[in-house]
This record gives sequence, structure tokens and C-alpha cells, in this order.
Amino acid sequence: MSEVNFASVIETTAAVAKGDVSATEATQQALKKIEQDDAKINAFNTVASDSALAQAAAVDEKIASGQPVGPLAGLPIAVKDVICTEGIETTCSSNILRGWVPPYDATVVEKLKAADAIIVGKTNCDEFAMGSSNESSAFGPVLNPRDLSRVPGGSSGGAAAAVASGMVAASLGTDTGGSVRQPASFCGVVGLKPTYGGVSRYGLIAYASSFDTVGVIGNSVADAALLHDTLAGQDVRDSTSLPGARESVSDAVEASQDLKGLKVGVIKELNGSGLAGFEPEVVDRFRASVDTVVAAGADVEEISIPAIEATLGAYYMLVPSEASSNLARFDGVRYGHRASGGNTAEMMRATRTEGFGAEVQRRIMLGTYALSAGYYDAYYAKASRLRAKLIADFAAIYSEYDVLMCPTSPCVAFELGAKEDPLSMYLVDIATIPANLVGAPAISVPFGTGAADMPVGIQMIGPKFGEGTICRVAKAIEEAKND
Amino acid sequence: MTKPVSEQSEHLPQGWEMVIGLEVHAELATESKMFSPAKNEFGAAPNTNVHPVCLGLPGTLPVVNRKAVEYSIRIGLALGCEIGRCVWSRKNYFYPDMPKDYQISQYDLPLNGEGELELPSGLTIGIERAHMEEDTGKSTHVGESGRIHDAGYSLVDYNRSGVPLIEIVSKPDLRSPAQAKEYVEELRSVLVAVGASDGKMEEGSMRVDANVSVRPLGSDELRTRCEIKNVNSLRSLTRAIEYEAKRHVDLYDAEERPVQETRHWDEEAGRTRPGRSKENAEDYRYFPDPDLVPLEPSAEWIEEIRASLPALPKQRRESLMALGASALSAGVITQRDLDTLALETVELGADAAKVLKHCENNLADEQASQLDAPRFAALVKMESAGELTATQAKTVLAEMLESDKSPADIAAEHGFEAMDTSELEGLVSKVIEESPGEWQRFCEGDASVRGKLQGFFVGQIMKATQGKADGKAINKILAEKASS
Repeated sequence: MSEVNFASVIETTAAVAKGDVSATEATQQALKKIEQDDAKINAFNTVASDSALAQAAAVDEKIASGQPVGPLAGLPIAVKDVICTEGIETTCSSNILRGWVPPYDATVVEKLKAADAIIVGKTNCDEFAMGSSNESSAFGPVLNPRDLSRVPGGSSGGAAAAVASGMVAASLGTDTGGSVRQPASFCGVVGLKPTYGGVSRYGLIAYASSFDTVGVIGNSVADAALLHDTLAGQDVRDSTSLPGARESVSDAVEASQDLKGLKVGVIKELNGSGLAGFEPEVVDRFRASVDTVVAAGADVEEISIPAIEATLGAYYMLVPSEASSNLARFDGVRYGHRASGGNTAEMMRATRTEGFGAEVQRRIMLGTYALSAGYYDAYYAKASRLRAKLIADFAAIYSEYDVLMCPTSPCVAFELGAKEDPLSMYLVDIATIPANLVGAPAISVPFGTGAADMPVGIQMIGPKFGEGTICRVAKAIEEAKND
Repeated sequence: MTKPVSEQSEHLPQGWEMVIGLEVHAELATESKMFSPAKNEFGAAPNTNVHPVCLGLPGTLPVVNRKAVEYSIRIGLALGCEIGRCVWSRKNYFYPDMPKDYQISQYDLPLNGEGELELPSGLTIGIERAHMEEDTGKSTHVGESGRIHDAGYSLVDYNRSGVPLIEIVSKPDLRSPAQAKEYVEELRSVLVAVGASDGKMEEGSMRVDANVSVRPLGSDELRTRCEIKNVNSLRSLTRAIEYEAKRHVDLYDAEERPVQETRHWDEEAGRTRPGRSKENAEDYRYFPDPDLVPLEPSAEWIEEIRASLPALPKQRRESLMALGASALSAGVITQRDLDTLALETVELGADAAKVLKHCENNLADEQASQLDAPRFAALVKMESAGELTATQAKTVLAEMLESDKSPADIAAEHGFEAMDTSELEGLVSKVIEESPGEWQRFCEGDASVRGKLQGFFVGQIMKATQGKADGKAINKILAEKASS
């Protein structure tokens, strides 16, 4: 049995296809690596050894009998623990849902299974995906594989750390305000957030429904493109999923020679010369990445989007508002944790008080307040108008530019406990939330390191269904890094 | 069309009138639920018609049932509502039989805007809106009061959770319990006629909440109203409104004021009681549901639905009234679904007045299927030709429902034949001779004596003819003989 190097989706699936390694062997190796390394990293909430091996055996059976297999045949993959997996505990890293086993698969999980990928486990994250450091998890923080004293980012911290540590070659994350891109940036891997409506949300436990997307994390742009292509498409079970043919992002990436004719806008507010808080090393790496894009033939200009300054406020009004309603169903009546004693109302109150962590409670309170009679217009409605303006601004910009660029995060991975104040934690999202507010696709690609030798991620934001274009730019940056 | 006018209430002291608006919830008769593939069916074993979506399991998403929208548009068209772009909103509150702890409804942009409903009595009642929403599950609180707060435990059945509902909100145009009842009956007929709902109050597929207030007669102010829930029959509805309006008048008389609140009708005690306490006043935090996109029915679709609508109860009543039926009997005949039969029978040349009279007096609900227009017309023609008396015709009609025999055959079997006048005159004379005392009192008595004795003579003659005589003809002969 040859050793699988889980550095690449494409190489792993090719090895299985050629028969160099069986799906079962690949799965066993992933499970062994998780067993060895995860005690210190804490990337997984649940390791689904039995179902993974059964799935792998079924794929091997298909191969042995000469049946056609899917594009991800034999690929061990990890799924963020906010995505429903039939028969595998799904917790949202929360005590309120601990022990819940969904009776159904999310559409993206069905698609992974149809592609013959092997689901090896569920990854740790901030509780209900609410956080930017993975420190709000009821299962304890995930540690950054590059430096165990630092956070992996969040909320998909486990998904990014699992790939960065080589336990798996790929994982599914979710991105509501940067939760795929920011941990990818912190861990030095590639994270792709799709166009809102491009990938089904059915089975993704909602945090903020009009922002939530299912994204992918891998070690290369090509891997991310392949994973995305597997998941994309309209789903009749998700009314917000968009119709229309999807271009193959893999094909776009593969066919890309250079960036000639591409018009790239560098967002002034987020390049270090606008809003404060960007680490100088991050700004340096970003400028270097812009140079590589210019060198690849793109036409690069700096543009200003003044509305960006207000995005953080709008985001932290709208997202908690939706969350306050989405998380109402966790009441102890039907599933998950139930506090004992009292009448029904008292039971519900106690269940939610015990079951939700501090950050989740804070956001529920914030959202409940913003939607309350007498405050709705000043908060929710006003933030919605701001969002509408931002969408209009971006649409106008995309009539002139193909791609926008900025650093993924103003900072590199920080130390655990460094951001105790919630507001300073929220500020970390400044560069990632615009894409969620407007529903745009965005990718983070690593480009060297900044302070403390921690990775720096470069972000490309595209127009609706512009995944192919942002991946082409990301690939140019990735290749420059490798030179 | 008559708009409601000020009306002294017969149930209230002089100088007061009632102001009533109704909210009618009707379950739509779809195969599956509003946003979930689970079956929409009454009476299944608890928690068998469920699916992850209508159980609100984490990660599930709603998908709009197109048929439910179509049914709602049918209702909107029947009520003459403005139909347009609508937005799904979430109504947030915690309750164990509501799996998501919010209800998907429509708030500031409902599917059906303003419309109106014309009642059989001619009153036109304004419709404020008719919006779509999902039903909740059903709780059974096991404990002393059957209420949630002191239950020992509660059972929840989610079969009803997510069943499509339309909520039809009237304007405060109703002025009496009788009008409220008439409105609900007419609305029910419309819902059934367009095929959107079975309208069964006893199965809870139609539920009525009443908003009640009172005001000085002739005033146009709208005073504080109370919403009365738990009204499970038309009888309860009229009783509850009457009780609540009186309660308001009593409060004003005592120089107090009603507080705006939800009250529950207690059928046994015959009174309303406060529902949720004021301290727990709900703030539903409505906001647009981000899991759904706005619904914008195309003009083509709406026209397609309009073209497929059957005749509405109002149009059906009007067709009967064109034949000479009173508004009341047109209402009765339409309610019994006998109007098509009546129209077809008249079309075949039968006398309209006789046809309508049989439909109103001698035929019951759903008997239209046991009779066809040609046989019915043959019967009425025999009656018009004097071959059958009204009483005989009624007997023959009853037997026609039981068999396929022609009215002529049935009449022959009974020996029903027209009796000629001279034969009848002879019989009358014979009966008079046998009862000279009665005849004298008949000739000399006042109207009431005469009326009683007329019944006596008709009875005697009917007995002698085995019911074959025509009562009207007997009366005529009796009157002639008495005055000669």
C-alpha cells in the first residue's frame, strides 16, 4: 500500500482511480492521521470511522466491479459540524445540540456522496458559526497547526486546520461573514466562498440565512475549484438557490494562461491606506500580490468604495437579527439539550440559558433587540437599506471591473485569548463581510507570511457567478508564490 | 350592493351598536403541506404526516407549495381582491407546537389585498386582506385546566404543523351576530365553491376569531376592540359576540373601558375570559423570511386561474332570482347545490315557481345527483296540467329519488289520477250532508272557526279520496257552497 500524501485532492483521487491506493486504504490513512494529530489540534468534533470505512468499501466495490465512479472517488473529506449528515452527530459545536443525529443529509453532503467522496468526520467551529477564532466552540478551541499558541481563525477553524495539518486534503466550511476565507488565510490554505445561491443551503443549519454559504477549503486553487464544481447547482429544496447554467470553475482555472484583458480593482479602504487596523506585514504581502497580478497581465487600478466603512455596523445588525429567529427552534422541546423542571416556558428559558454559550446569547439578544417594535426601523430596516446601497454600488463597480482585491484579513492569526473584547473580534471581519452583504463569490489564497511568520491570505471578490475569474487571479498569485 | 349602516342592536340597550370584524382561518385542501412534502390530511395517527421540513429540523428550508398559492388566488379572485407581489414574513414567538418557534406568514405585503363579499341579504362586507401562512401543530395539555401553564405534561401532534392556511380578515363592517353568522356561511360557500377548502368548522379546517367593540348608535368611531378566540361553531360565534358586546356596554355604563386584549370563549360558562396577560404582550418581531423569495404571480397565471373559476354562490343565487326566487329561497337552494338542477329543469319548460318550491321544500342537500332534469320536468309538467295535486307531486318526487321510474309510472302505481270537478263536488256535498252541525258552524262562524272547520272538511274529503283530491279545489268548492 502506497502512502497517500493528502496535500492534493487531484492527486489523491488520481491515485485511487489508478489503483495505486484503494479508497479503504486512503480512508484508513486519513483516520490514522486524525487519531495521531487531532489530540493536539482539536479540529474534529466527531470522527465517523465506521461509516467512512463502509462508504470506502462501497467505492472499492464499485471500482472492482468496473462501475463508473464519481470525480471525488476515495477522497477522505471533512465536513464542518453545522452541515447535516445522516446518521452522524451534528452539533454546531454547541451544548444545545450535542448528541443530535440528523435523519437526513444536506444537499452538499448528498453531492459529496454522489461524487464518491468519503466523509471522515465533522469539524469543530465557533458555536453556530458565530466567531472569528474558533474560541466560542463548546468543544474547546481549535489550535492553529502552524503555531499551537494561535487560533486557526473562524468560524470554520477545524475545517481549515484539518487541511493545513494534512489530516485531510479537503473540507467543507461555511461562510457567513468570512468563515471560510479568514481561517483559510490564518492557516495558509485556500478557501472559496461561492456566490450566494450558487450552492444549496439545504441541510446547512442556518446562522444568518441571507448570508450563509457553503464553501470549500483545500491546498490549491485547482482543488478548491474542483470541490466547488461538485457542490454547485440549483436545488429545488432551497428557494434561494439560483437557476442558470454554471461554468466549470475547474475548466476556467485550467485554461487560464495569463490575466491579460482582466480589469482588477484594488479596494482603497481595505489596502492599508484607507481604514486603520491593517498590519504592515499584511499590507506588504498584499502589495506584492498586486505586483504579481500586474505581472500576469491584468490591468490594476485602485478604487474607493466609501460605503465599506459602514458595512460592519450593517452586518452586525442584520446577521444577529436573522440568527435570533433561526436559533429560536432550539427550545428543548423536540431535540437536543432539555433543562429539567418548571413549566414549558420555564423549561425553554432554562434550556436556552444552559445550552447556548455567551457569544451566541449575545448575538441572539442583539438581533432580538434590533427586530423589536419601536427599534426595527432604526436598526434592521436601516441596515437593510445600507445593504441595498452596497449591492447597487458593487453592481456599478462590476460593470467596470472584473475582480476586486484586498487582503483577506487585516491581521495574521492571533494568539488564543488575544481578543477578549467582542468588538475587537468583530473588526477582524472588516475585509470579508462585504462579499457576504452583496452575495458575491470570493476566494482567499495564501501568499507568504507576515508577523510571527504566520500566513497571509489575499482575497479576490467577483461578480455573481464570477468564481472562474476570481480563481484565475488566485491561481496567478498561487503560481507566483511557488516560483 | 348595500354597505352596512348604523343599526340599533337588539341585544344591547337603546343607543348602542356593535362593530364586528372577523378573521377567518381556512385550511387549504392541498395534497401536501405549505412548505413541506408531508401529507396534508385530517385524522391520521399523531405525528405520522411529518417530514424534516414541517418538523423544523435544523438545516431544513421551506419551499412554497404552488397549489396552495393557486387556491389562495382563487379565493382572492372570488373576493375581488387586488392580487400582487407578496413577501413572506416570520412571526416570531415561542410555543411548543410551533416547531421553528416562528410562523411563516405574510405581513405588510399579503397576496390578496382589499376586496369584498356580498351576502345573500344584500349587504356588502369589506375584506381587508387574505394572506397565506402555515398552521401550527396541535398541543394537548394534560392537567387540571387543560391550559399550558399548569399542565402536568403536554403532548404535541405535528400532523397539522405546516398545513397551508389562508387568513381572511374582514373590515369592521358587521353590525350584529346574525350578520357575522351570515358572513361566515357565505364565505364558507365561496371557499367550497372555488375548491380551495372543505370549510369544515367541526374538523377545525375553518376557524373564526371575532374582533368586537361597541359604540354609540350612529357614531363612526372605532373603540377599543377585543379579539375573541376559541369559537368553534356558528352558535358559539353568535353567543360570544353577544356576550362580549354586552360586556363592553356594561363597562362603559360603569364608566370603565375595555382593554385591548385577546379573550377566550368558554362555551360551557357562556362567557369570554382574558387570554394572555398584558405583561406578556407579544412583540412578534416580523421581518421578511430570508429563506424565501418574494412571490410574484404572473398576470397570465392569474388570468388562467380566473378563467377556471366556477360560478360563485352570489352568481348562482342571482340566476335563481331571475326565475323569480326570493333572495332567501335562492340562498337555500344554492346552499343545497340544487340550483343547477332547478335551472336545467326550467330550461326544459317546467314551471319555475313549482320547480323552486320543490327545491326549497321537498329536496335536501346533495339530492340533485338522484334526480335529472328531464324526469323532474316531467313531474312538474304533470302537476301544472292538473294531473297531480301538490301533495301527490310531493309523494311522487320522494319516490323518484329512490328509483329510476318515471313520474307517470309512480303516479299510476298509486292510482293518482286527476279527479274531475263534478266528481269532487259530489263528494263535498256528501261530506256536508254527513256533518250538518259542522257545516252550519262553518257557514256562520268567524274567520278562525271557519279556518278550523275548513281543515276538518278537507281532511274528511282527502280520507274519502285517499288523498287524490286537490286541496285548493276543495277549498274553492267549500267557499262557493257556503256563499250560495
